[in-house]
Amino acid sequence: MSMPFYVPPEQMMQDRADYARKGIARGRALAACTFGSGILLCAENPSRMLRKISEIYDRIGFAGVGKYNEFDQLRIAGVRAADLKGYSFSREDVDARSLANQYAQMLGQVFTHEMKPMEVEILVAEVGADPADDQLFHILYDGTLVDESGWCVLGGDADVIGERMGAGWIEGGTLGDALRAAVGALAGPERTLEAAELEIAVLDRGSARRAFRRITDDEVTSLLR
Amino acid sequence: MWLSFQDPTNDPGPNFFELVRRAGLLPEFPSAQVEGVTHGTTCVAIRCEGGVVMAGDRRATSGNLISHRTIEKVFPADRHSGVAIAGAAGPAIEMVRLFQLQLEHYEKIEGSAVSLEGKANQLSQMVRNHLPAAMQGLAVVPLFAGWDQARDEGRLFQFDVTGGRYEELDHAATGSGSLHASTVIKLNFKDSLTAEEAVDLAVWSLYEAADEDSATGGPDLQRGIFPVVATITTDGFERISDDVLRSRVEQLMTRLKAQRGGA
Repeated sequence: MSMPFYVPPEQMMQDRADYARKGIARGRALAACTFGSGILLCAENPSRMLRKISEIYDRIGFAGVGKYNEFDQLRIAGVRAADLKGYSFSREDVDARSLANQYAQMLGQVFTHEMKPMEVEILVAEVGADPADDQLFHILYDGTLVDESGWCVLGGDADVIGERMGAGWIEGGTLGDALRAAVGALAGPERTLEAAELEIAVLDRGSARRAFRRITDDEVTSLLR
Repeated sequence: MWLSFQDPTNDPGPNFFELVRRAGLLPEFPSAQVEGVTHGTTCVAIRCEGGVVMAGDRRATSGNLISHRTIEKVFPADRHSGVAIAGAAGPAIEMVRLFQLQLEHYEKIEGSAVSLEGKANQLSQMVRNHLPAAMQGLAVVPLFAGWDQARDEGRLFQFDVTGGRYEELDHAATGSGSLHASTVIKLNFKDSLTAEEAVDLAVWSLYEAADEDSATGGPDLQRGIFPVVATITTDGFERISDDVLRSRVEQLMTRLKAQRGGA
């Protein structure tokens, strides 16, 4: 019987993190930010059918980058958890913080115990009554949970895109302001992104119950103009 | 913990009811007759131009006592459909709650809404699953109606305790006063009813049902209790405000009085 080589834990974690980061960097990035009347979720996504952004609950949205089947699995688990919680307690008891914590636990567990880490980064966003109550939870492949304020960027090149996003974002602006900032940050100086290459949704602050709304291509084009 | 991955070979898919069952949140069926249960009664649905109107009275009874005067029996199922219930009030309202969640859950998981026919079938399955409780005196008999976006028309469905699903062309009714309400609707139904006329007809039918059936409550102008009436059109489910209903009921009274003549 052959003995496995000894691998120091630092090395093992490093390898896993590199593996996950490489997988995530292969996909396109996603930006989210708060604005006066809601939260904008904006992804570069040429596919019409395979979605990166979706609804979790009344005021909670989900966005993921990286490996599609993995973040979609997380999305479905989130919808199930939220709907079950809302059913057995009350709709107002479902909150993004609790969900983000559970996601962080789950991703952390997979990162340390499974064969391979999940090659994803996800965002759980909850729109509040005021912009100050908006929540953006950014969760990394290893379970690291970051409570972002104002805006955040997920995926490959997040640093560069984040710099542009930070420069372009206006606190309490309109949907148009937010969209231009996000799309400009994702595109960078050398490219322009058309509505067909984008997947965009908002969590509407003013809506009575289900705040999640997808923005159509026509709307995007007229807002970007 | 709530958040968990499901085994892909044994995944509940978009079925929320199954998820609730697996979480152990469904009650067991009663093993003996349940007595003294609160019952909700009369609901009607009428097809009209551009959609459907649903209405239900506000009374709940237990035996010969009135247990609630302001119970609601007409609910939105989702944006473009509504459900009305008659029967044991507790299980009925719970069934509506699960049905609403089932549709919303499907929409979120699958990324698209269930077809109207699919919604009716889902409700039919829920009623069928409830049969053991119905045998013990907890029968629930719903009505389902909605705007079919694929066909561009309003459709309505009636059910029986076994989950039998029957699509009706023009109107449907359920509950103890349904016989009387149906007669009023049947005699006054026209193919080209506007939504407003259908609302008036629904209110009238419930008024007449309340006159004949002790378990159906009539409008109460003094306390401001009016039936729950909703229109379902391409714009979605919209409940009619009590202020509007008050004026509809007052008009109905004036009309009936004039019809009767005399002093």
